[in-house]
Amino acid sequence: MSKKIRNNPLGIKLNRRNFIKGSAMGLAASALPLTKKADASFLDVFFQKHFREMSKQEIQEVLDRFEKTYSEEYGKKVSVKATPAIPGVLFGYGLDLSRCIGCRRCVYACVGENNQSRDPQIHWITVLRFKNGEKWVDLENSESYYNPAEVPEPDHFYMPVQCQQCENPPCVRACPTQATWKEPDGIVVVDYNWCIGCRYCMAACPYGARHFNWSKPNIPPDELNPETHYLGNRPRYNGVVEKCTFCIQRTRAGKYPACVEVCPVGARKFGNLLDPASEIRYCIENKRVFRLKEDLNTYPKFYYFFAT
Amino acid sequence: MRRGSAVLPIFILITWILVLPVIALDSGNTDHQDTSNNTDTVYKGGSQNPDIPDFFVPPPPFSEGIFPCSGCHKEMKPNKQRRKLEMFHQDIELKHAGPQQWCLDCHNADDRDKLHLIDGRLIDFKESYLLCGQCHGTNFRDWKAGVHGKRTGEWNGKKLYRLCVHCHNPHQPRFKPLAPKPPPVRPEDIK
Ligand code: HEC
Ligand code: HEC
Ligand code: HEC
Ligand code: HEC
Repeated sequence: MSKKIRNNPLGIKLNRRNFIKGSAMGLAASALPLTKKADASFLDVFFQKHFREMSKQEIQEVLDRFEKTYSEEYGKKVSVKATPAIPGVLFGYGLDLSRCIGCRRCVYACVGENNQSRDPQIHWITVLRFKNGEKWVDLENSESYYNPAEVPEPDHFYMPVQCQQCENPPCVRACPTQATWKEPDGIVVVDYNWCIGCRYCMAACPYGARHFNWSKPNIPPDELNPETHYLGNRPRYNGVVEKCTFCIQRTRAGKYPACVEVCPVGARKFGNLLDPASEIRYCIENKRVFRLKEDLNTYPKFYYFFAT
Repeated sequence: MRRGSAVLPIFILITWILVLPVIALDSGNTDHQDTSNNTDTVYKGGSQNPDIPDFFVPPPPFSEGIFPCSGCHKEMKPNKQRRKLEMFHQDIELKHAGPQQWCLDCHNADDRDKLHLIDGRLIDFKESYLLCGQCHGTNFRDWKAGVHGKRTGEWNGKKLYRLCVHCHNPHQPRFKPLAPKPPPVRPEDIK
C-alpha cells in the first residue's frame, strides 16, 4: 500500500475532557515496552491501530474486547464482527419514488437494526415530502415533519434520503484522521474509535447523511440489536459521527438491508452492481434512474427512479 | 340434487357451524397489507411457467375460515349472473377494472378452490400472480425481476416474494393508505 495511514493519537475515542491527561499518559506509556493483552483497558483502546493496518489477529483482539465491554454494559451477549467485503461485489441501492408513500417504516426499522440513539434522537433516514410539481430535489427546503393521519397524501410524493454511498465521497476526503473510508464493496464506513468528532465530514456531505452524537447515545438494553459489525451498528460514543452503512452487518452476510425488508410498498431495491442478474441492475437498465446532485460528481451508488 | 333458495341460508348456517372449527385451523390473514414474514409455510412458485425462476411466496392472505371455498361451494350451483351478493360475501365490493369484470372472470365456477386464466387453465391461489399478470404485463415483468413488489431474504440467495394480493386486494386493488410513523424531533426540541 502506497499511502501509509497516519498513526494519529487524536483518534482515541474516550472522555474528551480527559484528553490532555490521556495524551500525557500516552506519552508516558509509549516510553514503556507495551504488552499485548486483550483487556478492556484504557491503554488498549488508546493505542488501537488504524483498522486497516491491523492484522487479522489484532482485529480479533479488538473485537473480543468490544464484545466484552458491550456485553457488560448492556447486560446481554453482544456480538461484534468485522466480516470483510465479499470479492466481486459492489453494492448499489434503488428507490422507486412512484411507490414510496412516506410511511417512515424504514426510518424506525433502521434505528432498531443499527442501534441509533433514541434520545437524543438520531435517524439515518430522513423522508422528505414534496408537492407534485414543486421544484424539488431542493433538499434544503423540503418538509420532513409532515404528520397526517394517513399517507400518501393527495398531490404529494415522498423521497427518503440516507447515505448515498458515493464512489467519490467528499466526506472521506474531509476527514483529518482517516476515520472514514470507502470499503472494497463500496460502503463508506466510520471507525468510531478514530473519529475525533470534528464534523468536517458532515459539512462536506451534500446529502445531510451524517449525524453527530451530541451526547452518549441512549439505547434501552432490551432494544439493542446484539448482532453488530465493528464498522457499522456497534454502540457508538458521545462525540462521534455515524451514518447508514447499507446495514453492513446484514448485507455482508447475504441479507437485504433492514429498510428494504420493512418497506410495505416494496419501493426499496438492493443488490450487486457487478451482477447483471441483480435487481439493482434491472432497475438501472430498465428504468430511468437518476442520482441526487449528480452535478457534484460524487457518483452515488444510490439510484432513484419512477417505475411508472 | 337441486337445492331451493329457501334451504340455502339454513345450509350455510349448518356449514358454518360444522366447517368453521376445522378450517379455522388453516387460517390466514385478513390484512391485505400485511406482508407476512411467515416463512414456515412457503410455497414454491414458478412451477407452471418456465419463464419464472423458482422462488418462494408466503401463503395467500385469506381471511380466517374462508378457505377451502368448496366447503360451501361444492354443494352450491354456480350463479354466473352479475348481481349484488346478499347472502354472503356482502363485504366484497368489486372496484377493479370497472363494470367489465365480474367474479367468475377470475374465480372458477365449478371448482371454487381455483382461479382460472383467460385460456381456461386452472391455477391455485398461491399462483394468483399468473392471473394478475395477464392484464398487468409490465408490473408482472417487474415483479418477476424483484422490482415491483418486494422480496426479502438474501440479495445473493434465497428470496421470499410477496403475492400481488399481499399488497393489492384483488377486489379493490388500489394500495390502502397507512398511518405514518412519527416525524423526527425538530432540532430545537432536542435537549
Ligand atoms: C381480478 C380477479 C378477481 C375478481 C374479479 C374477483 N376475485 Fe375474488 N379473489 C381473487 C383472488 C386472486 C383472490 C385471492 C386472494 C388471496 O389470496 O387472499 C380472491 C379472493 C376471494 C375471496 C376470499 C377473500 C378472503 O376474505 O380471503 C372471496 C370470498 C372472493 N374472492 C369472492 C369474490 C367475489 C364474490 C367476487 C365478485 C364480486 C370476486 N371474488 C371477484 C380474484 C378475483
Ligand atoms: C360459508 C360459505 C361460503 C364460503 C366458505 C365461500 N362462499 Fe362464496 N358464496 C357463498 C354464497 C352463499 C354465495 C351466494 C351469495 C349470493 O348469491 O348472494 C356465494 C357466492 C360466491 C360467488 C358469486 C358467484 C356465485 O356462484 O354465486 C363467488 C365468485 C364466490 N362465492 C367465491 C368464493 C370463494 C373464492 C371462496 C373461497 C375463498 C368462497 N366463495 C367461500 C358461500 C360461501
Ligand atoms: C382482466 C384483466 C385484469 C385482471 C385479470 C386483473 N386486473 Fe387489475 N386492473 C385491470 C384494469 C382494466 C384496471 C384499471 C386500469 C386503470 O384504471 O387504469 C386495473 C387496475 C389495477 C390496479 C390499479 C388500481 C388503482 O386504482 O390504481 C391494480 C393495483 C391492479 N389492477 C392489480 C391487480 C391484481 C393484484 C390482479 C390479480 C389479482 C389484477 N389486477 C388482475 C384489469 C385486470
Ligand atoms: C409489496 C407490495 C406490492 C406487491 C407485492 C405488488 N404490488 Fe403492485 N403496487 C404496489 C404499490 C405500492 C403500488 C402503487 C400504489 C397503487 O397504485 O396502488 C402498486 C401499483 C400497481 C399497479 C398500478 C399501476 C402502477 O404501476 O402504478 C398495478 C397494475 C399493480 N401494482 C399490479 C401488481 C401486480 C400484477 C403484482 C403481482 C405480480 C403486484 N402489483 C405486486 C405494491 C405492490
